[in-house]
Amino acid sequence: MSESASEWAIEVEGLTQKFRKGPLAVDGIDLHVERGEIYGFLGPNGAGKSTTVLMLTTLLPPTGGVARVGGFDIAREGGRVRSVIGAALQEAALDAHLTAREHMRLQTALQGVPKPERRARGDELIERVGLAEAADRKVGGYSGGMKRRLDLALALVHGPEILFLDEPTTGLDPQSRSSLWEEVERLADDEGMTVFLTTQYLEEADRLADRVGIIDRGKIVAEGTPAMLKAEVGEPSVSARAADPSDRGRLVEVLGRFGSASGPEDEDAAWVRLDPGCGGLVEVVRALDAEGLQVADLQLHEPTLDDVFLEKTGRKLEGAGEEQGDESGEFEAVSA
Amino acid sequence: MTGQLDSIYEVARRSFLRSMRQPAAFVPAIVFPLFLLAVNSAGLDAATGIPGFPTDSYVTFALAIPFIQGGTFTLLNSGTDLATDIETGFLNRMAMTPLGGPALLAGMLGGSMAIALIQTAFYIAIGFTVGADFAAGAAGVPMLFLLSLVICFAFSCVGVFTALRVGTGEAMQSMFPVFFVFLFFSSMAMPRDLIEQDWFRTVATINPLSYLIEGIRSLYVVGFDWEALGLAFGVSAILIAVFLSLAAASLRTTLVRT
Repeated sequence: MSESASEWAIEVEGLTQKFRKGPLAVDGIDLHVERGEIYGFLGPNGAGKSTTVLMLTTLLPPTGGVARVGGFDIAREGGRVRSVIGAALQEAALDAHLTAREHMRLQTALQGVPKPERRARGDELIERVGLAEAADRKVGGYSGGMKRRLDLALALVHGPEILFLDEPTTGLDPQSRSSLWEEVERLADDEGMTVFLTTQYLEEADRLADRVGIIDRGKIVAEGTPAMLKAEVGEPSVSARAADPSDRGRLVEVLGRFGSASGPEDEDAAWVRLDPGCGGLVEVVRALDAEGLQVADLQLHEPTLDDVFLEKTGRKLEGAGEEQGDESGEFEAVSA
Repeated sequence: MTGQLDSIYEVARRSFLRSMRQPAAFVPAIVFPLFLLAVNSAGLDAATGIPGFPTDSYVTFALAIPFIQGGTFTLLNSGTDLATDIETGFLNRMAMTPLGGPALLAGMLGGSMAIALIQTAFYIAIGFTVGADFAAGAAGVPMLFLLSLVICFAFSCVGVFTALRVGTGEAMQSMFPVFFVFLFFSSMAMPRDLIEQDWFRTVATINPLSYLIEGIRSLYVVGFDWEALGLAFGVSAILIAVFLSLAAASLRTTLVRT
């Protein structure tokens, strides 16, 4: 990799993780993340997101490929990589018997924050993530959202340039999710922090990410801005469900006049991706009416990142992970 | 260096606070050995009439046992705490800081030693309260503290190594009966030379716990028995050297950071 490439916050070429007696969890991926960018790494459970994060945060040696984080090689300069990154991994790694303030005290000490500054730094971060009132309560009594916010604050104690967030909002209620999104946006906008965010939520990637990489079965299948990826998919799609299931064949035939079959396999509904200039939903309704077809449900779907995933993999993002099983932790890494 | 010492102190502090805030784990570790001491002393007092028994007070003879049982609990607690850190990802959090593996181990073991200090002080106080003899006199008290802490340190090293191998709190807790088997097949209840069954005497002689018990017991029953004390410190030193090395090697494997 050339020296000039260090203008990137994260640069990855052919990164691979092969687990012993297990699958090829990450299969030679390439990606580049600009400084100050929020990069969304989207994919179903078991796609290879967390394994990638573990490698980029130096916690799992890669079995192939190269990656530089903050300009440092993850395999040879682990210590220097760790000095410029913060990470909140998939499970909020907290001690239920300590308070938020005690967590801050420990983390600031371990990260080498000068002693006179530790208390103020900890209090500032606790305040920023909205935990001031709960700062002296044991973390065991915190809600999931509070734990996530504390986890985020702990990742920030040493002022990292690059922040890794591995599914930061999984399991959170909408309010907690929204508040965490705001903080991530603030970190990128106000502090210029680079954020590498893994998620299985389309809405999260759509809302936060400047660019999105979609990973499936260890390979990146699409990459670009959310708008660009959705534009690649093209026109909206229409789904319809016949009032009488025996009319499904006719329904498919009528819809087929307006575009190509698309969408998930469904015994009842028919999906079609509309061709450009076909007249849109209005013409579809007219055609169904002309054929005397009664429909129980008719919907127009604007392209989403899920459509992008569907286009690239032939499957819907939701539920795709169930086919792949859980990733990471289950298998032993082959030595690099 | 100052930074590493500071980090070690903070890790030890966290380990101590965490233990003290789990009374369900900490209190039985202190009380259970005393319960066993009371039962044994009441049931086996007649053993003091056996020719050659080293004291006429079974409580004095048996007081060494709580120290060793307390050490066993130290082993389980330090091991369980580390295993929990592995399970919850807290170890990964610490692995992402500049803290080195040896410093992490030192901090964790330091926290266990603080707990061991409290246990030791408590057992010594109980001994004086129940009127047990203490042949080593006032000068023997610091020696008893030192030996007890060294033994607890050795046990903590075993606990940390075991935790790094088994990796879960549940698995660590399931090791409890194994450690108790070692205790029962030792010179816990009877001096080795008075054990009648040859096989039992042989097992107790092989069992390193016998020498740890006898070292502490010597201070209560004999005074400064340098041979018994030397063996106790020696066995502890071997346990520490072996299990600390194994723990350090296992930690390098567990913390597979680059």
